[in-house]
Amino acid sequence: MNITEKILARASGRAQVSPDDVVFANVDKVMIHDVSGPGVIKVFDKLKKQGINVDKLWDPSKVWVAEDHFVPSADKISAENIVKLSDFTKNYGIEKHFKYGMGQYGICHTLSHEEAMVMPGEVYVGGDSHTNTTGALGSFACGLGHTDVAYVLLNGKIWFKVPETLYFKLNGKLPEYVMAKDFILKIIGDIGTEGGAYKTMQFGGGGINEMSVESRLTLCNMTTEAGAKNGIVEPDQKVVDYLTSKGARDISLIKGDYDAQYQKIYEYEGSEMEPIVAKPFSPENISIVREAPSVDLDKSYIGSCTGAKYEDLEAVAKILKGRKVKIRTEILPAAISIYKRAMENGLLKIFLDAGATVGPPTCGACCGAHMGVLAKDEICISTTNRNFPGRMGHIDSQTYLSSPLVAAASAVTGKITDPRDLK
Amino acid sequence: MKGNVIKYERDNIDTDVIIPGQYLKIHDYAELALHAMEGLDPNFHSKVKEGDFILSGRNFGCGSSREHAPIALSHSGIKAVLALSFARIFYRNAVDGAFLLPIEIEMDAYSNISEGDEIDIDISNNTIKNLTKKQTYKMKPFSEIIGKIIESGGLFKYKPI
Repeated sequence: MNITEKILARASGRAQVSPDDVVFANVDKVMIHDVSGPGVIKVFDKLKKQGINVDKLWDPSKVWVAEDHFVPSADKISAENIVKLSDFTKNYGIEKHFKYGMGQYGICHTLSHEEAMVMPGEVYVGGDSHTNTTGALGSFACGLGHTDVAYVLLNGKIWFKVPETLYFKLNGKLPEYVMAKDFILKIIGDIGTEGGAYKTMQFGGGGINEMSVESRLTLCNMTTEAGAKNGIVEPDQKVVDYLTSKGARDISLIKGDYDAQYQKIYEYEGSEMEPIVAKPFSPENISIVREAPSVDLDKSYIGSCTGAKYEDLEAVAKILKGRKVKIRTEILPAAISIYKRAMENGLLKIFLDAGATVGPPTCGACCGAHMGVLAKDEICISTTNRNFPGRMGHIDSQTYLSSPLVAAASAVTGKITDPRDLK
Repeated sequence: MKGNVIKYERDNIDTDVIIPGQYLKIHDYAELALHAMEGLDPNFHSKVKEGDFILSGRNFGCGSSREHAPIALSHSGIKAVLALSFARIFYRNAVDGAFLLPIEIEMDAYSNISEGDEIDIDISNNTIKNLTKKQTYKMKPFSEIIGKIIESGGLFKYKPI
């Protein structure tokens, strides 16, 4: 069995599972946030009316809560949702609730690794499609809707069809100025936004071994854009060291068997990878940056679970140091812990000196919620994950998806720019 | 199950156009319905009738996990979406929450059914009859678990053995 099959077999009490088997898997961790949480509360209300008992959760210690989409509260409705969420966690005895303005908080997927909320080998589900991110720690991490999350909260398990696995092998390191974001955009360009549908996308090979945990998180994060059920990397010593540095203990590793089966293996040579952008209006609509259209950009947005981890901000600082931005540039670290490190290490000063605005952790404009949404005809280069019509604001706005290095270089020139071409 | 078809002849209708991100903070189902398909078809709300079906291409419902998407469609009156394929979270949200039926169709149904056609979906025989054009098409049968959850009326009513 491969790693995903092994995790699902263990979680469903079976010796063996194969693709297409339907299993009820016991869940180890579950996450809700200020959009899916109120959605779940609504499902609970419906269930109550149907006479289903919703008085107790199966295990509140396995549940954690983030406030990220519409925070700091964007308007009255968002503020009320935060109150609802707080009442819910209080009533059900959920202790791990990361509240904004009270120490550590941030985007749920970022907290999953910054706070070591999920361990290798665990089944982790979240009320958000980018839950796939956390598969980079070697867990089975999968996004679900409100009804399914409500089911998990009450029963501690959920059904899955065991997915087929696509294996993406990266031979050799990515060159300087090429980031994990470029690699995953290249993959999505190759297989399309339906290319991983219902499947596992697993990453391995020498280039992945060389990659930092944060880069692997970027890869798994965007498996969602290829339609995948989960993204995963077999955990190694780097994951152990990473989680240990975040306070985790007793980490056990899990790997696939030597004879693990994959539906298809794709091979990439690291040395051949280039900076990539995804043009409007799909993550699969890719172009090499040097061949991208010469458009006048209005904004560079550096934020989200995809592109505002510490490593991402370091990359941006490398470009912005001693330079000035030519277009509006917003930088929103994805969690307070990252914000603080960026402050302590001088990154925020570099950003402010360059003329950029630094905002609080939030999903914000990535999902068109608030804080920097786009006007009609505005064109943005963004380190986020989706560029569907209207994703970041007006239906006639445009988003180009890129790595943090490309978004920063483009902020300096006002055009889509390969960081290697900056003077 | 009979109804009329609203056709969107394109692939990858994503959840951002089914219900744009700014409405994610709304959890009132009737209010969500007012904004269904707003990102693609601002006239949707005025033209949709109770019992209608949507017909579309590949990868319907791709993107986010927002259950708002099947909720907004269902509370607009949509009883089923017929598509060449579905994104996974939209599909399981539609079924597990018993909001609407996601019906996988073949190319013949996709090309031959037109906007406004009246069709009759028969899930016990996996067929779709086009009452307007007097044609019959096959639908892909539901997998075993999906069939059982639909029959039970959603995940919470389904009792696994």
